Amino acid sequence: MAAALINVPKRAKRGDVIEIKTLMSHIMETGFRHSTTGEPIPRDIITNFVCSYNGVEIFRADLYPAIAANPFITFFTVATESGKIEFKWTGDNGYSETASAAIAVE
Amino acid sequence: MTASRTHRRTFIKSALAAGAAAAFPMPALPADGARVAVVGGGFAGASCARALKAIDPRLNVTLIESERAYTVLPASNSVLAGLRDLPQQQFVYDGIAKADVKVVTATAKAIDPQTRRVTLDGGDTIAYDRLVLAPGIGLQWDAIPGYDRAAADIIPHAWKDALQIGTLRRQLDAMDDGGTVVMSVPVSPSRCPPAPYERASLIAHFLKTKRPRSKLIVLDSKDNFSLQRLFVSAWKELYPDLLEWVPLSSGGKIASVDVTSRTIKTDFETYRADVANIIPPQKAGEIAVLAGVADRTGWCPIDPVTFESKLQPNIHVIGDAAIAGAMPKSAAAANSAGKLCAVGLVKLLAGQPPQEPELSSACYNLLAPGYAISQSGRYRPVGGQFMEVEGAGSTSPLDAPRSRRNEEADMADRWFKDITKEVFG
Repeated sequence: MAAALINVPKRAKRGDVIEIKTLMSHIMETGFRHSTTGEPIPRDIITNFVCSYNGVEIFRADLYPAIAANPFITFFTVATESGKIEFKWTGDNGYSETASAAIAVE
Repeated sequence: MTASRTHRRTFIKSALAAGAAAAFPMPALPADGARVAVVGGGFAGASCARALKAIDPRLNVTLIESERAYTVLPASNSVLAGLRDLPQQQFVYDGIAKADVKVVTATAKAIDPQTRRVTLDGGDTIAYDRLVLAPGIGLQWDAIPGYDRAAADIIPHAWKDALQIGTLRRQLDAMDDGGTVVMSVPVSPSRCPPAPYERASLIAHFLKTKRPRSKLIVLDSKDNFSLQRLFVSAWKELYPDLLEWVPLSSGGKIASVDVTSRTIKTDFETYRADVANIIPPQKAGEIAVLAGVADRTGWCPIDPVTFESKLQPNIHVIGDAAIAGAMPKSAAAANSAGKLCAVGLVKLLAGQPPQEPELSSACYNLLAPGYAISQSGRYRPVGGQFMEVEGAGSTSPLDAPRSRRNEEADMADRWFKDITKEVFG
């Protein structure tokens, strides 16, 4: 199963405000918990999320331990030109995932 | 300090605050002939009314219920699959009336905790010394864009009320082979937490046996649910290519519904259904809100020892509407709460301190004919909330032969007969 779910409108009129939705499957282990044997459970979270539109960064978020598992991030942008919208999630232990979607702007 | 003194003081304070103390004579709490009104004739209310009369026949007990026949939710998923018929789910109040409970067929429209009166839809009022509210659940009609009361005529919730269950069954019956059924599972807290998954299983059974080229998609607002491992492994075994479960983390939460085209949208996908079933998020029944016993969560905070509302004096809330900690909103729990609330009420009316109750719940889920799983537990008040009694509960084993599942299906049948006989018989 792909870890990322993304929703980008396939088509939009130039100048339209469009909603972009993303959901990344991730445990978001806080690092504050202990196992049943008392061992600390090491932190394992997504720390950063970036969205770029034809190579230009349009949205960025820093994530912290208080963010729940499977972060759902949604935001708005303006449809300016046809092309590619790319997403990148990075985090602890070298975690890195990407996804992308095409958009046609008329 | 006894509990009744607190109530009396609260009563005086609120009466004074209203600036009309003289208008509210201090109601006497006679040891005999005390008036107890029970609103709601489901498993909680009906059990409580009956138990009150059984413990103290001198009590004046009135049961107020809108319907002449109550449609029970347990086993109603079997109706959808054509394994039972609706009349088998319906129970009348003759047995309760015979137990000397005054049964009033009316809808409670208003409750005044100060004058201790219930106003009925016909305009009549019923005075009480103590009120028991057992309104069950209400549905949140504003929670899913596009899904309101009118929409439920076309896309049924089938979560309460005979008409709704009948509509969904007819729609499934009328569906052509090769169709897609989409159903949704609400967020917690909700009535009978595993019931949507039982429903998914039995709809899948119907499809497998009657419409084998069809498909069921279950859109879930949750990632985890009770008896999950048992359900998921049974689905793999019984309905491998037929039932698709989409949890929250895979985008299962519904974003909107278009009733006319039966289109259901999540944040990431669009589903076109031939038959759809939306189970909306829930809250306490409406009369709880009108009585001022529901808080901002939509549910009713109670003292777990007396079941008395934390928001209004002399009103006790039992069953699905109450915030009951670890205790699930099941028929068995409601029956247990109804009886124990009655025991506590009789003590309170006699000016004695109530004992700490220990409640029990049991829940059977039919996944196919002759294939059931179950869960049971016991609950006790700890720190103002019901907590599960460690080691007192049981859950069906994950690896069990079909004979065990078959035995549990027989037990489920017996359980249903016993509880409906006890409450309505």
